[in-house]
Amino acid sequence: MKSDYNPMLSPNDASMVENAIRRGATRRELLGMLMAGGMTAAFGGSVIAGATRAYADTPKKGGRIRAAGYSSGTTDTLDPAKSSLSTDYVRCTSFYNGLTRLDETLAPQMELAESFDTDDAVTWTVKLRKGVTFHDGKTLTADDVIYSLNRHKDPAVGSKAKALADQIAEVKKVSDNEITIVLSGPNADLPVILGTFHFLIIKDGTTDFTTAVGTGAFTCKEFEPGVRSIAARNENYWKGEGPYLDEVEFFAIADENARVNALLSGDVDLIGSINPRSTQLVEGVGGFELMTTTAGNYTNLVMRVDMEPGKNPDFMMAMKYLFDREQIKSAVFRGYAEVANDQPIPPSNRFYASDIPQRPYDPDKAKFLLEKAGMIGANIPVIASPAAAQSVEMAVMLQQAAQQVGLNLDIQKVPADGYWSNYWLKAPVHFGNINPRPTADVLFSLLYKSDAAWNEAHWNNPRFDKILLEARGLTDDAKRKELYRELQLIAHEESGIGIPVFISNIDALSSRLKGLRPMPTGGMMGFSFSEYVWLDA
Amino acid sequence: MNNTMSRLIAARLGVMLLTLLIVSLAVFVATEMLPGDVAEIVLGQSATPEAVAGLREAMNLDRPAPVRYLLWLGGLLTGDPGVSLVNNIPVATLIGGRLGNSLLLAGVTAAFSVPIALTLGITAAMWRGRLYDRIVSFVTICVVSVPEFMVATLAVMIFAVQLRWLPALSFANDVQSLGELLRVFAMPVISLSFVISAQMIRMTRAAVIDTLQSPYVEMAVLKGAGQTRAVLAHALPNAIGPIANAVALSLSYLLGGVIIVETIFNYPGIAKLMVDGVATRDMPLIQTCAMIFCFSYLVLVTTADICAIVSNPRLRHK
Repeated sequence: MKSDYNPMLSPNDASMVENAIRRGATRRELLGMLMAGGMTAAFGGSVIAGATRAYADTPKKGGRIRAAGYSSGTTDTLDPAKSSLSTDYVRCTSFYNGLTRLDETLAPQMELAESFDTDDAVTWTVKLRKGVTFHDGKTLTADDVIYSLNRHKDPAVGSKAKALADQIAEVKKVSDNEITIVLSGPNADLPVILGTFHFLIIKDGTTDFTTAVGTGAFTCKEFEPGVRSIAARNENYWKGEGPYLDEVEFFAIADENARVNALLSGDVDLIGSINPRSTQLVEGVGGFELMTTTAGNYTNLVMRVDMEPGKNPDFMMAMKYLFDREQIKSAVFRGYAEVANDQPIPPSNRFYASDIPQRPYDPDKAKFLLEKAGMIGANIPVIASPAAAQSVEMAVMLQQAAQQVGLNLDIQKVPADGYWSNYWLKAPVHFGNINPRPTADVLFSLLYKSDAAWNEAHWNNPRFDKILLEARGLTDDAKRKELYRELQLIAHEESGIGIPVFISNIDALSSRLKGLRPMPTGGMMGFSFSEYVWLDA
Repeated sequence: MNNTMSRLIAARLGVMLLTLLIVSLAVFVATEMLPGDVAEIVLGQSATPEAVAGLREAMNLDRPAPVRYLLWLGGLLTGDPGVSLVNNIPVATLIGGRLGNSLLLAGVTAAFSVPIALTLGITAAMWRGRLYDRIVSFVTICVVSVPEFMVATLAVMIFAVQLRWLPALSFANDVQSLGELLRVFAMPVISLSFVISAQMIRMTRAAVIDTLQSPYVEMAVLKGAGQTRAVLAHALPNAIGPIANAVALSLSYLLGGVIIVETIFNYPGIAKLMVDGVATRDMPLIQTCAMIFCFSYLVLVTTADICAIVSNPRLRHK
């Protein structure tokens, strides 16, 4: 959602419309929604015109852009298995394709695969697209796919997706264009998981990643870790349509100020992730636009339920009531966030349960709970760090709210360096930061299941685990939605995790860059803008 | 050149090698003491114990620290600084292009700022106490007090964002002509010159004034030498030692200390490379960068010492 659709549209309304569009709302529904909110039909109409503009224009071919992300270093890699940040994702999605691709609702669309078939969600038959060639002319076969999938399980590769890949028990070649994937247990989300960044398909036997030989829309013309990459159009791209640009130069400018200046001076055409403070600066100058994406990134309060004070459910619940979410949204994020409800599934997810009542800011209830727990006047250390985005600011707001009801929070601000290995998952009360994940199952399995690697709150709920496993194996989406609603409710009520808001990401771009639209997989159009954007002369 | 001088210079070079060895050991120990290792950092949040152990083994991190240090040192002595643990690219390749960029930036800045700084320092000393001297001193103090990130950011706001005369980012890779070189380097060079010139101007002025007050210069003036001759022919040769040291100290800043300028202009230099290396605990990369910084610093300081020795008649004619 671009906030220049109409200056009168607040980020709140903008994100509401954005969500509705993402969930597939029709024009009529949207108009109804906006009119209910007190807007005139004409005004609402212009909003939707803006939102659908990206689809209406005809792409033009040619031109070269420079785009700047926000983090880069010697860790930059062209190995999809090791890719870890926006910069890697942007590069890898221009050079490689996945078996599937995730769309606006995080549903899988076929890419290198032609079909995914299964009866029991355990054994999957995957037919591969014919006539796809790598940049060096080699034809894509089952061997490439088998190699790409199996390497994640080798610890020496250092794959970020090892935990996900470990559920793949076996990948068998049926023919050159067909494979069978056998899982260790049922998982209906396999086509979604294989559409994520780490599972992009590389050529059989690749070990050298100084350049990228993939099937993607661009070929790798230059790559220097920590400096830049240049992607040149793949003239033999299998899709036939796109890419439109001749070249995309990508690098990162870590300093946010410098990044905004580079855009405003015309040196770059697209920058990722700007501070809400800079939005006025960008909007103040003509010729630039903002794009807001709320993908499900959140900074959360973690209260370990296996030790004091989180052991006491009343304390845990009181803390959740002490979050003034609206104020966090407006004061900490300047409106560029969506209020969350202490459960990790974002509204853009197709399994989001919109009917769970929103937990309000309720100091009286918190005071009652704390009195019940006998914790009035207690002194609780809370660890916050710049490593977990805006956690320090949130901690301060929480501290003020707690003080009013007689609870002292002792905020310990620790450096970002080493935070994830030294404090996260370890301290009794601390903050975490979780990046968007493609499925409800991954979020819950990774962060809430009793034996999860990142069970932040050290939570153990057998009923939750049981429903989670059941939902994973179901291929009936309506039934799954019901089960996921139950899980969201349990997490909302019982887990030691407080999630005040989902943080929006703001990208800024030159107005001559067209075709960009928000995707729930991340900023910069789910980091895969290069294939879809074009320059309007 | 006579024996005394050769011996002095040889001793300096010996000390230099010893210093390099000690620094490499200190940097290695410091890196070991930082929390987390490269395997944990590369895996980030997905660092499960099993994945970390596998990656550690693949990176040879399971060997004892002294063995790893000696392996690296042995490699360096045979001219191979090793392979980056993070991305498996040889450290020499990673550093190669970026060291060139850093040297280019340092060279252009030095060529620009040293003559200006020396001229201002010497002339200020010649007319000390007069209006000219006061203006130079005042401006120097102002310039040295303003942090470089502010100079750089202001320059970008004015010349790149508002006026659009110069690019906000400096891509050394794209420079093809002298005109482009000037455009690309204008702002980084000015920002850096502000920082290093001030010190050189003040030290030069002080050194020249100091010698001007010595009895032998007074003698020269009494014998009828004009002011220019008294300064250039009599006072300056004796002031070269301290001036050379001031210049060397200022220039040594230009390789490792320019991280802020590299960050603001997104200039792919070696300072940022080392910061990356430290952030990921990439030992071969950190060590090699540290060696380069230390070596360049020692070369500059040693050159200044040799200049001082050579220019000192008492040492020269012993």
